Amino acid sequence: MTTATQTVRMTYREAVREAIRDAMRRDERVFLMGEDVGRYGGGFGVSLGLLEEFGERRIRDAPLSESAFVGAGIGAALGGMRPIVEIMTVNFSLLALDQIVNTAAALRHMSGGQFNVPLVIRMTTGAGRQLAAQHSHSLESWYAHVPGLRVVEPATVADARGMLWTALEDPDPVVIFEHGSLYGVDDEIAADAGPVDLDRAAVRRAGDDVTLITYGGSLPVVLAATDQLAADGVAAEVIDLRTLRPLDTATVLASVARTHRAVVVDEGWRSGSLAAEVSARLMEEAFYDLDAPVQRVCSAEVPIPYARHLELAALPSTARVVAAVREVLDGG
Amino acid sequence: MTAAPDAGRRIDLYRSMLRIRRFEERCVELYSASKIRGFLHLYIGEEAVAVGVLNRLRPDDSVVATYREHGHALARGVPMDAVMAEMFGRAEGVCRGRGGSMHLFHAPSRLYGGNAIVGGGLPLAVGLALADAMQDRDGVTACFFGEGAIAEGEFHESMNLAALWRLPVLFVCENNLYAMGTALDRSESETNLSVKAASYEVPAWSVDGMDVEAVSEAAHRAVELVRDGTGPVFLEARTYRFRAHSMYDPDRYRDKAEIEHWKERDPLLVLGDRLRDQGLLTDDVQAGMERDIGAEVDAAVAYAEAGTDEPVESLTEFVTTQRGAR
Repeated sequence: MTTATQTVRMTYREAVREAIRDAMRRDERVFLMGEDVGRYGGGFGVSLGLLEEFGERRIRDAPLSESAFVGAGIGAALGGMRPIVEIMTVNFSLLALDQIVNTAAALRHMSGGQFNVPLVIRMTTGAGRQLAAQHSHSLESWYAHVPGLRVVEPATVADARGMLWTALEDPDPVVIFEHGSLYGVDDEIAADAGPVDLDRAAVRRAGDDVTLITYGGSLPVVLAATDQLAADGVAAEVIDLRTLRPLDTATVLASVARTHRAVVVDEGWRSGSLAAEVSARLMEEAFYDLDAPVQRVCSAEVPIPYARHLELAALPSTARVVAAVREVLDGG
Repeated sequence: MTAAPDAGRRIDLYRSMLRIRRFEERCVELYSASKIRGFLHLYIGEEAVAVGVLNRLRPDDSVVATYREHGHALARGVPMDAVMAEMFGRAEGVCRGRGGSMHLFHAPSRLYGGNAIVGGGLPLAVGLALADAMQDRDGVTACFFGEGAIAEGEFHESMNLAALWRLPVLFVCENNLYAMGTALDRSESETNLSVKAASYEVPAWSVDGMDVEAVSEAAHRAVELVRDGTGPVFLEARTYRFRAHSMYDPDRYRDKAEIEHWKERDPLLVLGDRLRDQGLLTDDVQAGMERDIGAEVDAAVAYAEAGTDEPVESLTEFVTTQRGAR
């Protein structure tokens, strides 16, 4: 028996819940506010049981007023609290865009640095559960466009457990996206899992033949593609961006300098996507390292449809990732 | 009844309004001289509202205002020179030239803007009050907004949330009858605004917004209710702006006769005449005030003129705390 770190198996959903519980115990200023976070237990079951443990004062069920409760989170943060505001889905967050973009993101700059907004906003993102066009979109790139915000997306159980801690320590607003298809994923993580480094992308697979750059709910798709490619003797490196703003371009560039080929996999729509930003940076900073044009695998430009086969056809798939990799390998 | 005990306070109310008036009149000149650019929204005619309410707040209370907030900043105690320097876009400005006329913030006065999204300040005020409530402080957050904000969803969401959670917010509606160029009766099905607020189970009433003493009395009562734990209170101050919406506005939507009618109820005249009748505002006192305020405005302009520009290298400072924009 060694002194190796003990591990514990939990789902992504449980990891987020443990992260919230941990934060609430550690810091009196932390509270959770949002639609159905209390009695219902969270739209996706994340906060189940927290009301019983912490009470209504700190687990606050808010009315269906996204703008008011997000703005209230901003004000509470200014007033010395450390709010975690949950928005049920990214689609609903559009009702609070004024508060997030015009106030939370701008306030520090607009006030000449007098005020900062230590607010964490969590929301569900992504498709794959036949929830159709108003519960399935991936609008991370909209938020990643806005100076003043930090935007993160845990793709693993360990990151789901650790990112909230780091986010709560950030003196500025942090938006955390949780992909709905990941909540049920389980994994072994360190029992004493602490905060994670949000300044760096993570290399999830090492390889020298091609760099696959992705984040969030697309990571499992990319890893499955990597397994298929490995069977054919192609060693793909997989980079999980983790933080979508500010982007850790250095990690991506270092990888591409070795592999000379890159594919960006992003569940957002291709036009104006995060994948577009990553590929533009590669063009600007790694042009002479590249042996083939950067490929993108994104969602089809359609509001996400309900029918299973149509939804699947709209989303990045393992087959499309493999095909894109073949393309860049042949393009060399 | 002797006027003596509160004579000083009443004179102060007058001085505070006069100070805002003279400051903004100078701003108009500076705008014409291109020293101040962008949007400039004048509070001239509405001074009694900010002065009447803010003299009832404590230093540990919080204030949220709109883009027409020079008066609130000055009445709250933000130094005039730093406000003027901000209008000039100077490094010495209260927001280091990042905010300008519409975004005056001042941490020592707990002034949280300066919000130029109509209705955008209300949720923020609810949150500041929530922070006070959760930390067992007895602070009050005064939230100023125009009647135009009542057409915004954020008004209704915020009134409901503050009432539901009994949060210490004083909602002050500065009803100047026009949302930019749109008259109240062209934008609201119910023009009695207190009725709307009362539908959220919030104590709500209206006050003559041209009479600073009436506003002050109403605010006194409202602040006490809020501080004592009643929850939010809604106060409608019926007022009027004498100038156009902004310096860009040709003011085609109002009758000149209507403007002149309201000018007869200039808040400086309403209180000034009363004080003069009571022998409290003599010509000497008035002249002394004008002299002092004129000197303060001159000094503020000189401070702004002599100010420096923020170095362009600092462009992306203050975007985030630890990092520049990447």
